[in-house]
Amino acid sequence: MKAAERAAVADAFKEIKERAESRWRELWHNKPVIMVGTATCGRAAGALEVLQTFRDEVKKRNLDCPVIEVGCMGHCYAEPLVIISKPGYPPICYGYVNPVIAERLLKEFVLGDNPCPEFVIGALEENDIVPSFTDFPRAQYEQKIILKNCGHTDPTEIDHYIAGGGYSALAKALEMTPEDIVDEVKKSGLRGRGGAGFPAGLKWEYCRNTRGRPKYIICNADEGDPGAFMDRSILESDPHSVIEGMIIAGYATGARYGYIYVRAEYPLAVERTQIALTQAKKFRLLGNHILGSSFNFDIILFQGSGAFVCGEATAMAASIEGKPGTPRARPPRMTTEGLFGKPTVVNNVKTLAFVPPIIRNGAGWLKSTGTKESSGTAVFALAGKIVNTGLVEVPMGTTLRQIIYEVGSGIPGGKRFRAVQIGGPSGGCLPEPALDLPVDFDSLRDAGAMMGSGGMVVLDEDDCMVEIARYFLEFTQRESCGKCTFCRLGTKQMLEVLNDFTLGQGKIEDIDSLERLAEEVKAGSLCGLGQTAPNPILTTLRYFREEYEEHILMGRCPALMCRQLIAYYILPDKCERSCDACVGSCTVEAISANKKRIKVIDQEKCVKCGTCLAACPPQYNAVVKLSPPSEVPKK
Amino acid sequence: MKSVSLSIDGKKITAKEGTKILRAALENDIYIANLCAIKDKAEPNAACRLCFVEIEGEEEPVTACTREATDGMVVNTRGERALELARTGFELLMASHPVDCANCPANGVCELQKIAKHIGGKLKTKRFRQLLRELPIDDSNPLFTYDPNKCVLCGRCVWVCRQRKETALLGFAHRGFKRVVTTFAGEPIGAERCLDCSACVEVCPTRALAFKGGEKGLGYRGWVV
Ligand SMILES: Cc1cc2nc3c(=O)[nH]c(=O)nc-3n(C[C@H](O)[C@H](O)[C@H](O)COP(=O)(O)O)c2cc1C
Ligand code: SF4
Ligand code: SF4
Ligand code: FES
Repeated sequence: MKAAERAAVADAFKEIKERAESRWRELWHNKPVIMVGTATCGRAAGALEVLQTFRDEVKKRNLDCPVIEVGCMGHCYAEPLVIISKPGYPPICYGYVNPVIAERLLKEFVLGDNPCPEFVIGALEENDIVPSFTDFPRAQYEQKIILKNCGHTDPTEIDHYIAGGGYSALAKALEMTPEDIVDEVKKSGLRGRGGAGFPAGLKWEYCRNTRGRPKYIICNADEGDPGAFMDRSILESDPHSVIEGMIIAGYATGARYGYIYVRAEYPLAVERTQIALTQAKKFRLLGNHILGSSFNFDIILFQGSGAFVCGEATAMAASIEGKPGTPRARPPRMTTEGLFGKPTVVNNVKTLAFVPPIIRNGAGWLKSTGTKESSGTAVFALAGKIVNTGLVEVPMGTTLRQIIYEVGSGIPGGKRFRAVQIGGPSGGCLPEPALDLPVDFDSLRDAGAMMGSGGMVVLDEDDCMVEIARYFLEFTQRESCGKCTFCRLGTKQMLEVLNDFTLGQGKIEDIDSLERLAEEVKAGSLCGLGQTAPNPILTTLRYFREEYEEHILMGRCPALMCRQLIAYYILPDKCERSCDACVGSCTVEAISANKKRIKVIDQEKCVKCGTCLAACPPQYNAVVKLSPPSEVPKK
Repeated sequence: MKSVSLSIDGKKITAKEGTKILRAALENDIYIANLCAIKDKAEPNAACRLCFVEIEGEEEPVTACTREATDGMVVNTRGERALELARTGFELLMASHPVDCANCPANGVCELQKIAKHIGGKLKTKRFRQLLRELPIDDSNPLFTYDPNKCVLCGRCVWVCRQRKETALLGFAHRGFKRVVTTFAGEPIGAERCLDCSACVEVCPTRALAFKGGEKGLGYRGWVV
């Protein structure tokens, strides 16, 4: 780029930035601001009603108090979340807000002086009034890079993003040579966050060095893993960070077009990304002559049908081309022959969101976080038997124990940890001894799991490992495209065997043949779906083999989860004569009182729905599950 | 164009640069089990997963239809690990194939029989449970019938159909275990759109597509010309 062009870019960006900053300052100037988290997780908990309440009240009272929508802060367990920022106070985050609480917050805090500590989750800054997030044990472990803006800015306002430093990386990048950018990303050690951890800079370099035009950048936002929602959350909360990353990727690789492939089941992500694209275009951050330079780049939002296999890069390209979304053999790599046969980079949403901070702060900055081979942070969606469900971002190398017990606050109800399932259907189940494993791409792979999408499901003593393996296999079997033999038929065969195990059927030799088939499906399948589908089986067999054996040899499910292998039983010495809570609760009238007014379950009639167990008052706790069912004492 | 020299099962072979191992082998009369490869189609389907071979210096078997032959490459088509994988793939197919050779029009010309013999796979497998799909047979076409239960989803018929017609009649439908070869919009195979060229019947390795009257005239074609 010539000096004159560089100067033009700098001038153009300066103007945009100054305007954004002045609008941002004005937003906060001497007035309270209410921010309501209205990403999908917030909406599911009623955030739109809360938003409406604030808006109505502010209007009714004619207050100078902007009420804005922000994205997801990651504390999904406490949705709906609201942040109120009022002069003289630190910004304070409130949780579990409903319209009644919203009205009170407005009356007592916005209009009065009472910050309502009873609803506070934490203040965003340290202060003497209410506890702050930095006092939480998790603050010591969390480090937000790509979730930094999420929940703190309005994703539909490009000015918010720019005022926080957004698009300065693009302006800087345009003054660098594409080769320097590729180099910087290579040096940063950034690895793809779509699962496999392929070095992003290297992928960009392959694409840059391949002839063929136009080149493409595809942002992979298919996110088919049932337990993951971080890509959705980022697009809903901070879409410009992904768009900026894509534009830089385009400039660095010489691409002319970008596609964001997002599943149509994510309507809010689609809507907010589309708004962001329109705004970026209006500000000439996208389109022809970006920031007055000679660089042209357009982004098309593509809504996928939501098939899991379309997350696979070659299937995704086929799907965009209007063909059936089935994978093809590689090589040729996507960077050689990708979308429409042209060199293409496919990167995950998170990978691209890392690019702007890397360009702004330099490669060394990312390298200073994380482990030697996996730089930066990892984002996990915590779910299952864990107190703080939601999104967390921690440096690579943080141990599973720290993530689960410090950041996630452990397992509710005093239950015992059993396993943690990482990486969704392509991942695996890791046992207690793995808790001290520093998490990064390679350590997880060595343990038999996978970073995958970053889903992290915590399992406790009530979760059956055979059933977990069966559950994930049922998913991959259903989502297999059916093109290749091993995945189409192998997953089906394995599922049949696992179904039998959960029914207590099968022979002990079946375990070994299942393991052998699992290894062969891994080795023989065409694409990553089939190659990783056996992981949940292989890891549970590796770490919890005795549970399989118990199912088969003793007809016993140690977690008391597999329905065919348990029976409900009322402990006679715990049952209270005067109580009959369970009798009425049973939908099939299987419970009756005996002569001593002790309740007894007719095992022939019982359908094992478990309502009696829930109905029995906690002071008696007389209903128990027994496995195998033959444990029920005969009269 | 440059050529490369390699050895397959000890036999010295030269092939054009860029040729896949499978093609190099077949053109030199070395058979490797295959169902989905199509001679005139440059991009491999890579779907049947039967063409595994071993390459000296590489730990894992590779599919011969996707791997380019390179200079100095030493290929073994009879390696135990490769054959083991091929057998598993084959027996998975057979576990979902109604095996009744004596009453099948393909008997004697069936590629599944040929492959079973070549790799030592079983037509009636005991290793896996029988999972049949029990789909209806379509005999609406005057020339041939289509029995989807016998189909191994190699994709040859779909490909030839697309070569002959602007808007192809045959295609794949559904995902996973339910995947089938079907006609456009699921209409009967004898519908107007079919040109009755019967190219699809000629390429079918299993006689899932079979001429009426049971003639076996065409014999084994393998590798589509
Ligand atoms: C069955 C399957 C599903 C996948 N789903 C996704 C997905 O939802 N999102 C994603 O980013 N990558 C997914 N991938 C990985 C992509 O193929 C690809 O490797 C990735 O998008 C590359 O981006 P990265 O280098 O930034 O990680 C999937 C792979 C397979 C085999
Ligand atoms: S591994 Fe599964 S999803 Fe991938 S090509 Fe084969 S059948 Fe399709
Ligand atoms: S009908 Fe025959 S040619 Fe067509 S996919 Fe099935 S087995 Fe192959
Ligand atoms: S011929 Fe190679 S996979 Fe079918």
